[in-house]
Amino acid sequence: MTLVERPTDRRAGTGRIGDSPARPDGIPKAQGLFAFSSDLPIGGAAWGATLRSPHPYARVRSIDTAPARDVPGVAAVITAEDVPGQPTYGLIAADQPVFAFDHVRYVGQPVAAVAADHPETCRRALAAIRVDYEVLEPLLDPQAATDPATPPIHPDGNVLRHQRIVAGDVDATGDVVVEGTYELGMQDQAFLGLEASVAIPDDDGRGVELHIATQWLHEDRKQIAACLGLVPESIRLVLGGVGGAFGAREDISLQVHTCLLALRLGRPVRMAYDRAESFLGHVHRHPAKIWMRHHATADGELVKIEARFLLDGGAYASTSSAVLLNAITHTQGPYRCPNAVVEGWAVRTNHLPCGAMRGFGVVQACFAHEGQMDLLAAACGLDPVEIRLRNAMISGDRLITGQVVENVAPVARCIRETAALPLPLTPIGVSEDDADDPMRLPGGAGLTANVRDVRRGIGWGVAIKNLMYSEGFDDFSTARCRLAGGVASLKFATAEVGQGFVTIAQQIARTVLGVETVVLDPIDTSIGSAGSTSASRQTWMSGGAVDAACRAVRERLFEHLGRLHGVDPLRLEIDGTDVVDSLGDLRVAVADATADTELDETVEFHHRPTEELDADGQGNCHTAFAFVAHRAVVDVDPELGLVKVVQVATAQDVGRALNPLAVVGQIEGGISQGLGLAVMEEIIQVDGVVRNASFTDYLLPTFLDMPDVVATLVEEPDPQAPLGAKGAGEPPCISVTPAIVAAIRDALAQFDAEHGRTGRPPLCRVPVRPSDIALR
Amino acid sequence: MADPFRLHVNGRSHDVADSWIGESLLYVLRERLGLLGAKGACEQGECGSCTVLVDGELVCSCLVLAASAGGRPIVTIEGLAEPGSPTDLQRAFVDAGAVQCGFCTPGLIVAAHALLERRPDPTVTEIREELSGNICRCTGYGRIIDAVQRVAAQRATAGIDP
Repeated sequence: MTLVERPTDRRAGTGRIGDSPARPDGIPKAQGLFAFSSDLPIGGAAWGATLRSPHPYARVRSIDTAPARDVPGVAAVITAEDVPGQPTYGLIAADQPVFAFDHVRYVGQPVAAVAADHPETCRRALAAIRVDYEVLEPLLDPQAATDPATPPIHPDGNVLRHQRIVAGDVDATGDVVVEGTYELGMQDQAFLGLEASVAIPDDDGRGVELHIATQWLHEDRKQIAACLGLVPESIRLVLGGVGGAFGAREDISLQVHTCLLALRLGRPVRMAYDRAESFLGHVHRHPAKIWMRHHATADGELVKIEARFLLDGGAYASTSSAVLLNAITHTQGPYRCPNAVVEGWAVRTNHLPCGAMRGFGVVQACFAHEGQMDLLAAACGLDPVEIRLRNAMISGDRLITGQVVENVAPVARCIRETAALPLPLTPIGVSEDDADDPMRLPGGAGLTANVRDVRRGIGWGVAIKNLMYSEGFDDFSTARCRLAGGVASLKFATAEVGQGFVTIAQQIARTVLGVETVVLDPIDTSIGSAGSTSASRQTWMSGGAVDAACRAVRERLFEHLGRLHGVDPLRLEIDGTDVVDSLGDLRVAVADATADTELDETVEFHHRPTEELDADGQGNCHTAFAFVAHRAVVDVDPELGLVKVVQVATAQDVGRALNPLAVVGQIEGGISQGLGLAVMEEIIQVDGVVRNASFTDYLLPTFLDMPDVVATLVEEPDPQAPLGAKGAGEPPCISVTPAIVAAIRDALAQFDAEHGRTGRPPLCRVPVRPSDIALR
Repeated sequence: MADPFRLHVNGRSHDVADSWIGESLLYVLRERLGLLGAKGACEQGECGSCTVLVDGELVCSCLVLAASAGGRPIVTIEGLAEPGSPTDLQRAFVDAGAVQCGFCTPGLIVAAHALLERRPDPTVTEIREELSGNICRCTGYGRIIDAVQRVAAQRATAGIDP
């Protein structure tokens, strides 16, 4: 391990901001005692299960549930007719049926649900339900979906969003012009903890308590309530332990079904997806086709970008409109560009619905703009690093949307610090202990590659990523802090999905209040919303809310002590675990000062307002930005088409690392997911049918696929961020993908030059398959 | 229904009656014995989240029919240490930052525990290879490797025979 770090980075210290204390749920997780949402056995609970469409597009003529009801052990069978409230749900537009009521629009769409005494009984009951489908011709070509002549597959139409950005002089041209078309496959979030929930109905049948692994309790509650025909206050959501999320838990999956079954039966119901059902049961990363043409001066300075984006949103809207916004507004990447003409579509097809996944549209844009920067470097005779440095954005630059980047923007520093990180010390096929190691060759245990054929390439990727929600949405966060007897208690509805917000919440309270013990109350809907754990926003938003609540309590504490001791409260400050008078001798332990009193404050934290884009794509639509650079080293066997990612170096703009070890965890984990997209992961759909809905066929990076990571944190505290800290979750997975592909291109270029080969087709699609490299 | 059988888990015997013959060891551990530490994430033996020891061998409990494990000693994550008294390896996972969402963690710790029993001082390549049957989606594995190395070094320094 060659992580570049400061000596203090792994120090637990006193558990304050800047330390890396152990996470409070760590030992229970390591002992197998932490309760995930799949680990909530409730006495007397029935099992629920979902019947799903086998067709990508069909009319539902009739559903006969009687044979399922006759299966011994079955307690309930429900369909669309049993939904008492709104028949549809959705994060932005409520266009997705709870159960199909006229059409099914993707393979896997819920049609009915059953409750029974055993999962095996559920399986038999589902098999007994008879659905009469009139199979229709599916719409599977996203390009065709943009054509007004194509019949709509949904009453809301086939275009989920069409948006242009027009900036500066649209007729501007450059001395150098490069263009390319880039494609990305559909990626799965593949969290380990499958969808699972428990619903417990109220005795009077007028409310329900749902234990659920989700990213946003209050949004779930709002959508569930509408479908159940209840007011949100009659539904209580409790965060079940969350086994990873990465965007896949932002939409409704089994929430409404579980509640409906529990209310129908008048007793608790558990639902749990298996892996195959999970692939069908949550949204995915949008497959995209992106064309870009970059104009630059002969010196490589960007003059204009033209671009077209086509995102396949699948059957229902989910967050497609926001993903498209993110994609097109990040067209330029972290580079200055005065002129642009960008056009983007997100469309509806009969593929799996797509929505949020870590990187949210920016992953797609970055793969294209970084491919373009390399083309531009080659056309201008410049090094990939030099072309990026020449165009690197700085704070105060104006984006193609007209928005000025007001955050610290250390793009050049990220690039330079990444370039300064050491390259791998070991030659191709050799391990750290200097031994020949075939496991280090492309193909690994397959032992197929010969070291003589392998070439080592280096590639670059640099990214800009927006933080928080955009386009006028007020995604505030709420936190409550109580202080009594020297113990702070924090309450928030922030979904802890593994990222470690629970750890930094405690660090913030310790720092602000001078306490050692910070109790975390259950995460549920008995307090106001915290917004979603997504968009790299919880450190900023819920961190800001916890910080503000703790500061409000501290202010009350200082007022109380000021009155008691006749001191101006403004002179008081926290020193260790004491309150001290900065101009006098007063020193009181926080524990003593709060021995007989409880201070209790609840605060809502809002970010600054944003705007919607106008018809020309102009407007201050984003809240804030973060930056990152990646350099990848990849060994490639050009004749076998096999690759081995050897090392990824990165410097990330984090503002301020509240918990350096947690940031490192985000960096390494994000790189792993970006690597997956680069060379391994894709949901394969043939004629609208998913062909690899399992971990046997959908390939995830293992210990052997993951390269050495060399990372450095770029810390320039952001004055706009409540704690100076930018979100660190998404940037790591964004520019690593183009960096890896660029490294493969570099290796192939070496091989081709040695063999006098020309005319290799461009490598512009991820994941890169062996057949994209060999035989080309 | 399967004939009643007896499982020996973490030194205790459990009679299992009225089970369906198709129930996996993972299902019976979790649903019938209330041992929720082993997790199900793929049901195909690909991810290792359900890893337990049967007869001292690492197995994916999702691939073992419960009735076939009758009479054999089974060790789950709950059998490695008492609640609140974690092993050095469990502690190291937390301190090294190897735990994020934690869903893969119990299976990984059982696998890493078995690795260190076999090889007290594994190389990085050995750690990667031996643990490659366990998938983690959060961490990118770097901190897990660090945790295993830390424990190997600590045990060597302490002269503990692992």
